[in-house]
Amino acid sequence: MRISMIAAGLLAGTATFADTPVLTVLTYDSFVSDWGPGPAVESAFEATCGCDLQFVGAGDGAALLARVRLEGARSDADVVLGLDTNLMAAARETGLFAPHNVTVPPLDLPVTWEDDTFLPFDWGYFAFVHNSEALPTPPANFRALGESDVSILIQDPRSSTPGLGLLMWVKAAYGEAAGEVWEALSDNIVTVTPGWSEAYGLFLEGEADMVLSYTTSPAYHLIAEEDATKAAAPFSEGHYLQVEVAAKLAASDRPDLADAFLTFMLSDEFQTVIPTTNWMYPVRGPVPDGFDTLITPDRALLVAADKAQAVRDAALAEWRAALAQ
Amino acid sequence: MARGARTVKLGIAAGGVVGLLTLGPLVAVILRAEGGATLSYSDWAAVRFTVTQAALSAVFSVALAVPVARALARRQFSGRGLLISLLGAPFILPVIVAVLGLLAVFGRGGVLNTGLDALGLPSVSIYGLHGVVLAHVFFNMPLAVRLILQGWAEIPGERFRLAAALGFGPSAIFRQLEWPMLKGVLPGAIMIVFLICLASFAVALTLGGGPSATTVELAIYQAFRFEFDLGRAALLALIQLALTAGAAFAVLALSARADFGAGLDRPVQRWDANRTGLRLADCAAIAIAALFLICPIAMIVLRGVPALLTIPESVWSATLRSLAVAGGTTVLTLALALPLAITSRRLGWVETFGYLPVAASPMVIGTGLFLILFPLVNPVALALPLTAVVNALMALPFALRVLAPALAGIEADFGRLADSLNLTGYRRLRWLILPRLYAPLGFCAGLAAALSIGDLGVVALFAAPGTETLPLLIQRLMAAYRMDAAAGASLILMVASFALFRLFDGWGRTRAAM
Repeated sequence: MRISMIAAGLLAGTATFADTPVLTVLTYDSFVSDWGPGPAVESAFEATCGCDLQFVGAGDGAALLARVRLEGARSDADVVLGLDTNLMAAARETGLFAPHNVTVPPLDLPVTWEDDTFLPFDWGYFAFVHNSEALPTPPANFRALGESDVSILIQDPRSSTPGLGLLMWVKAAYGEAAGEVWEALSDNIVTVTPGWSEAYGLFLEGEADMVLSYTTSPAYHLIAEEDATKAAAPFSEGHYLQVEVAAKLAASDRPDLADAFLTFMLSDEFQTVIPTTNWMYPVRGPVPDGFDTLITPDRALLVAADKAQAVRDAALAEWRAALAQ
Repeated sequence: MARGARTVKLGIAAGGVVGLLTLGPLVAVILRAEGGATLSYSDWAAVRFTVTQAALSAVFSVALAVPVARALARRQFSGRGLLISLLGAPFILPVIVAVLGLLAVFGRGGVLNTGLDALGLPSVSIYGLHGVVLAHVFFNMPLAVRLILQGWAEIPGERFRLAAALGFGPSAIFRQLEWPMLKGVLPGAIMIVFLICLASFAVALTLGGGPSATTVELAIYQAFRFEFDLGRAALLALIQLALTAGAAFAVLALSARADFGAGLDRPVQRWDANRTGLRLADCAAIAIAALFLICPIAMIVLRGVPALLTIPESVWSATLRSLAVAGGTTVLTLALALPLAITSRRLGWVETFGYLPVAASPMVIGTGLFLILFPLVNPVALALPLTAVVNALMALPFALRVLAPALAGIEADFGRLADSLNLTGYRRLRWLILPRLYAPLGFCAGLAAALSIGDLGVVALFAAPGTETLPLLIQRLMAAYRMDAAAGASLILMVASFALFRLFDGWGRTRAAM
């Protein structure tokens, strides 16, 4: 049994069709799942590229960067898709990524995008999601949340992308006063989970009034479940922005195909798949019905990629000190 | 020393394989690390929290398991076999499934708090150190019950017969028979639960309530993922190894097998337990334990059944893959555990290798294996076989903890007789050991299969599309907002895992009774 499995695995790994070039895209797990954008993207790209597009899933965004570093220059991957603005500087520092050769069309992003290596493929705002029937008037900002007795579920910034997003959000909004804000929030926090799924699962089980997620989360419940009760609470400080990016690896042996994929990534065919599979905003083109019901923050907060690392470390120390009591 | 030299070699080989697979990846990670690593204040806080919660969890799990095991040991009732099998269920549940089940009972909106609220009583919170300990007791008390129950089963029926003839009451029996047995069994049970909780990750963080509930395993995970500091990850992994080794040596020093002499393997009759008070106490112990363990499982079933209609087809193919992996794990676990257990009768230190995996961080093993394999083959293509191997490593310590004492008992009771008959090597295994080992072997096989099917394992590091196992699929369903489908798939996972356990465990006990 095992031997045949190993044999099958080895064959699958080596016996590629001689005349069909293979493009390997390393991405996060939920992108490649049956419900993610992966399957639709794969068939659409393969219809035009004359190639075999293979996705490899590796945990979430942070795990993805760790994987790229582990594989180093020997990596078989050509494109890495799914890093975000908080990881971009660290990714650039590895020297494993190469500038793209893509003519970038106009993008619908809340910020201007100028980067010669990383290209955005979707974006969203972090937000606290609640049940609008159980909590009709949610707190309007972090201060009000800290003073209220509304309970919240958050994720650990050291193991989760949204958790790190919240850390940066509070820091970007409050700067020096971020520590105070966290101290006020500490008695609202029911628990800190390792990842988004655990926190969101607990929220749906009724363990807290609000959960840290995205402004787009209610769209899933509305479109896929016809449940209009979930809502994201608009915060007056503005909302922290997450832009998800992709880039070409310098060691790719098919740089032209990788560029073709990055160009495809910004095309309508790819972008229309994103909203209802990745539940994020596309960087180009229209959004489907249901997305118009979502809150649109007045202010987008974002720490510049090159400062993100330093801000993160200071903010983490404050967070830990405030919540350790 | 010609006798059994081959089995000793086999045992040393098995120990070597386990040592290589556990320590090799750690060495690979250390070699790849750049520069010296230092530990911060918060790392030491994580070590303190880890040891505290593991110690509390171990003491509570085992202390609560004693009355339950005692009650099960001296009562015969219909459904006893099923109940004992059912006791194994929490231990083999995937963590997040079990946590959601526990929360459905003890959470803010759970059954308990709804009841308290209806009575006008204040609600209780499950979040905090006590919640972590509660969850660990839920997971590990059943295992402790099984280990202790085995201790009871090893007191020969003749001893109780003699005690009854001498007019011993329950307290005299406890002093003369049960306490000496417990002194031998409890340290091992406490150690194994302590070691399991030492590597706790998701339970501690999800129920711990905040960053002060950081365990060493979580710190390792963060060192890899957040800082990509391989040196620090390796250093933390070494600390975890040292803690484990310390605990293991403490137990080896403390534990001594009670020597009851040989019996005739007859069913045990307990004349001393025919008192109303004792009967009530035993009933209560069994009922409370069953309620505590079964309520969360029942909630998982209630939550999962309606969702069964909506689960995607990929759940079934993932179930098949998981079953295949579990099969591989079971064979490998027994192939490693049996030689190790037999050899450890002569060379005690060989057994220590078998416990290494419990101390090893799954994150380090996965990453290290990746580093070792990546230059040679595509690890993604080997995702499922690798998962089977690593799951076998993770199941090995439990298998060994069950097999080693059972073997020790057989050798102590029948070894000299077998020696005098010159029964060695394969024939000794065939005629002396295996017939008396069916029950523990079946239990081990069931445990290995069930643990393997429920464990996320290293497949999460390597899985390509189309190679998901069931736990990975559940994780992906949850990450895509599909909590209902995940609940349905969790129910299938729980049933598959329990069915495998029951199949092997039942086989072992039937063979033993023949």
